[in-house]
Amino acid sequence: MLEKDTNLLINMRGVSKHYRGVQALNGVDFSIAKGEIHCLVGENGSGKSTLIKIISGVEQPDDETVIEIDSQVLQHRHSIDAIRQGIEVIYQDLSLFPNLTVAENIALAQTISSESRFINWQQLHKIAEEAMERVQVQIPLSKLVGELSVADQQLIAICRALTSNVRLLILDEPTAALTRREIESLFRVIKDLQIKGIATLFVSHKLDEVLTIAERVTILRDGTRIGTFLSAEMNYERLTFLMTGMKLQSAKYSYKPSTDRPLLEVCGLCKYGQFSEISFKLWPGEILGITGLLGSGRSELAQALFGMNRPDGGEVFIRGSNVVLRSVRQAIAKGVGYVPENRLVQGLVMQQSVGKNVIITTIEKSIRNLRLLDKKKVQDTIEHWVTALNIKVPSIDASVQTLSGGNQQRVVLAKWLATKPKILILDGPTMGIDIAAKSSIHELVRQLASSGMGIILISDEVSEVVNNCNRILVMHRGRILREFQTKSTSEEDVQSFVNNTD
Amino acid sequence: MKDLFRHHETFVLIILILVSIVITAINPSYFTLENLFDLLRNYSFLGIFAVGVTFVLISGGIDISFTAIASVAEYIMAFLVIKYGGNTMMAFMIAAVVGTGLGMLNAVLIYCLKIPSIITTIATLNIYYGLLTVMSGGKWIYAFPSGFRTFATVRVFTLINYNGASYGLSIITVIWILVIICAWITLRYTTLGRSIYAMGGNPSAARRVGFNIFRVQIFVYSFMGFTAGLAGFVQALVLQTVAPNSIVGKELDVVAAVVLGGSSLAGGVGTISGTILGVALIAIMNNGLTLLRISSFWYNVVIGLVILLSVTFSSFRHRLSPRGVNRLIGEIGGKP
Amino acid sequence: MKHRLSDLYILALITVVIVLLMSVLNPRQFLTIANLESMAFQLPELGLLSMAMMITMLTGGINLSIIATANMTGIVAALILTSGHSQGPADVSVGTLLLAISAGLAVAIVIGLINGLLIALLGVSPILATLGMMTLVDGLGIVFTRGYVVSGFPEAIRFLGNGTVAGIPFGVFLLALAALLLAVLLNRTSFGFNIYMIGCNPTATYFSGVNNNTVIIRTYILSSVYAGFAALIMMSRFNSVSSAYGKSYLLITILCSVLGGISASGGFGRVSGLILALTVLQIVSSGLNLLQVSSFLTIAIWGCIIVIVMAINYLVFRFQERSMSIKRGLLSNLVG
Repeated sequence: MLEKDTNLLINMRGVSKHYRGVQALNGVDFSIAKGEIHCLVGENGSGKSTLIKIISGVEQPDDETVIEIDSQVLQHRHSIDAIRQGIEVIYQDLSLFPNLTVAENIALAQTISSESRFINWQQLHKIAEEAMERVQVQIPLSKLVGELSVADQQLIAICRALTSNVRLLILDEPTAALTRREIESLFRVIKDLQIKGIATLFVSHKLDEVLTIAERVTILRDGTRIGTFLSAEMNYERLTFLMTGMKLQSAKYSYKPSTDRPLLEVCGLCKYGQFSEISFKLWPGEILGITGLLGSGRSELAQALFGMNRPDGGEVFIRGSNVVLRSVRQAIAKGVGYVPENRLVQGLVMQQSVGKNVIITTIEKSIRNLRLLDKKKVQDTIEHWVTALNIKVPSIDASVQTLSGGNQQRVVLAKWLATKPKILILDGPTMGIDIAAKSSIHELVRQLASSGMGIILISDEVSEVVNNCNRILVMHRGRILREFQTKSTSEEDVQSFVNNTD
Repeated sequence: MKDLFRHHETFVLIILILVSIVITAINPSYFTLENLFDLLRNYSFLGIFAVGVTFVLISGGIDISFTAIASVAEYIMAFLVIKYGGNTMMAFMIAAVVGTGLGMLNAVLIYCLKIPSIITTIATLNIYYGLLTVMSGGKWIYAFPSGFRTFATVRVFTLINYNGASYGLSIITVIWILVIICAWITLRYTTLGRSIYAMGGNPSAARRVGFNIFRVQIFVYSFMGFTAGLAGFVQALVLQTVAPNSIVGKELDVVAAVVLGGSSLAGGVGTISGTILGVALIAIMNNGLTLLRISSFWYNVVIGLVILLSVTFSSFRHRLSPRGVNRLIGEIGGKP
Repeated sequence: MKHRLSDLYILALITVVIVLLMSVLNPRQFLTIANLESMAFQLPELGLLSMAMMITMLTGGINLSIIATANMTGIVAALILTSGHSQGPADVSVGTLLLAISAGLAVAIVIGLINGLLIALLGVSPILATLGMMTLVDGLGIVFTRGYVVSGFPEAIRFLGNGTVAGIPFGVFLLALAALLLAVLLNRTSFGFNIYMIGCNPTATYFSGVNNNTVIIRTYILSSVYAGFAALIMMSRFNSVSSAYGKSYLLITILCSVLGGISASGGFGRVSGLILALTVLQIVSSGLNLLQVSSFLTIAIWGCIIVIVMAINYLVFRFQERSMSIKRGLLSNLVG
């Protein structure tokens, strides 16, 4: 649908950008109306970030692009111009100063642009207070930003953007680290801003949130615009299909119950401030899903089962015998593996090679006499796992940085499979991975389960657990609230239960 | 009240008071105005260095070349003033200009070539000091004009003690106080000062928000150079001689004092008041050693222990704070 | 990785060039047996100290206390050797000799242990921890020796640094052994593997079951042990020990590591690179010596060389980054 031109804040036609032989964007038309809430979706490599960089002036588009702001054609815009035009970006890392106070963080941007040499603290506090009022937030001005929760920090970042005459707020994956209640808070703020005439551009991969908040959705794939739609006319399947160009099979995971004793039995596990009264069993061949809002204690529980987080009370039995897990090494020895949430920092040593990352957990096994490594054995082990997991890489000496997200996750999986675990805990394993790669990882996980492993799949995305697990535990504030059998449950049931737990 | 204990400075102050009490109990001549003014005069030299180092640490870097910069500035100043004549003001200007210039050179190497500041300043320490020794032939300078000599004895106010000898707040201490005031105002009330904190806290965010990182780096290291030059000037005043090798070697004492005062090597944290307390603590400990007739051999041992205890204590506080404990999952020591 | 190998080739090329240069500048003196021998005598202590520095840099840290550790090892051994009822150096029994060496090395181990504990368990930054230890150990050295030089050691000790086997200084054999040991450790043991991985990302290694604390502590102990062995050679060559020796070596060991391709932030670097860099530095040092360049000018030159090497590293890195991002762009299109 076309709007009248004067309503449009930004109108871009034929946006193209190429970098040294790679065409990042190809003839994309894009517009945002004044005060509109618009979402940009697309897989990694679809060109989302490039488009954002062009809108915010960080990158220059190719010559054939026409950019109109307030119906005025503009060229050669830099980030300082974009800021003057009222466009502010809040990146995922928030760009805040943890060692400075809330007041300073909010007001600093304006102090710089006003080019004053001296700081007037009273004025600074006033600016900060006004910004916080516009967002209706109450955070003590003198608190150090480093001491705030991520959600509060995000609000501070928004306050900062409001100190200039912002007309378009661009948020890059803003909900990644927020609880449901905090997300609702954020959405309320965005709607509030809309009333004040401020448009918001959301970049997100969480499709259900996109559908909740956005008025219009633009879908990018491989650098081209697939389309712009009213979110009211969209649903999850259609969005996914348009984003990937493929229809996904979502047959639920079926599980043949085994008569063996449980691989893992947890009884009354508790840790002050994190989780309590955790009891469940895990049988071979099961994929047990754990979901819940952020802050429900899922990762803390997983880390307790992995030797990183010693519980205060309760018992853990692995294959019938009582274990006290005091260290990661012990957990590995008992057959537990853990694929952590943060692949880039916790899961992989980015600057080192694929081979080294694969062998890191099992290097001790390749020791010959004299405590020396058997190089051939190391090489063989690495090659075995790279092939087994289909990791696409030109050479095992290539640095892990050069791999795509999906392949990187395969490296992490390879490293854990090499330890021959009986119990594999996956914490958000498909975060930040393309939909196509996601389903191939799910396929892999299912194969592992059917070979007798017990898998715990922790995820934010209810659809992921509903489709890939045979049982789901919903956690809230450290407790297990309910168990679902996926055979007889729908995604909506679980999702609404999770939403109502707050 | 509880807020006071959030600050590192509070603890340093407490220790300062405790140590003072212990020393006074054993040797009461410690707690006299005469002794204190004397201490202030003698430690202004280190104190001026410490102010410059504080700026550098807050910005997230480190500089250990300042002793060499001070030596060079001091020597050139003395040489020119004695050879061509000049008053004390001129001497000050020369030292300041030389110091600032050398500091600027550090900044350029660190910013443009992205060399880690520890390595750069170890290198420039040796370059400046090596060249100075070669060109000066290791010769001392001591024929200062009389104006220079009298300037050093100026006191802002004078008192007479029971022996008839006079003492008072020396002009040298006043110079230090002026530096402290300028530094404090800069850090607290100027955009430039806040940008130093910003850069130390989150360098990439500082760039994004619009701070001119290059300008900040140049300022920080040039200011360090300026204070180094000033310290050299002050040293010459106090000792009335210039020896090329007398200052180098004291880098770690200064860094120790600044770290004691709460500045962090990681950047973004530090205050002038903390630094002053750190210098005071070092000064008092040394003075204590002398007054308690403990041999000067133990000097280094004491400083070393003080550094280690201080950083251990800081580490504990960081780990025990609520954020510290939560971050322990997945965080380990070993990376600077 | 490919570019590391080419680093070595460049270094080897530089070695050849420098040898030629020095021969030309010192036509009659450089390529003589006497000069080669003298270089070979100086090489081992610098080599062992550089390896001590290298190990800690690989983990992303640094060890500023290696010289102090070496001095302390020497002092402890020397005090045992010269104590007691012996009439002179020749009178020292084998038992005392062994005791002296073991005690010295034991002290080195303790220093390394404390460094490791501070850094691994308490999370103190390596710069500060080793700085504090350096000051402390230096101070203790002064206390033990009362500032004096201790000298007069038995023949066995003097053989370590001055003796030759088949015309080659014994020290060179020790150096070769030490280098071989380190290379095997780093490349063929899980300990070495973990050192490299921790140097890049200690969080990920923790999540993979590596005991970071053990690795870090062992690293600093190993570093101290190498420094301790360097001490034995230094003791032997100077036939004396003092807490003031070797201060200028610290810079050179850092230079050697950086020149040898050891990354300042950790995770990369090979022994072969270090040895080559060592040779280059030794040749330059000898050449300058023969040219009668003052030792102070020499340290200024070391400073300049560090800056130049780091600058080149940076420019090469930038160039590689640009070609990597081209490759990455192409790769992501292929692999997805």
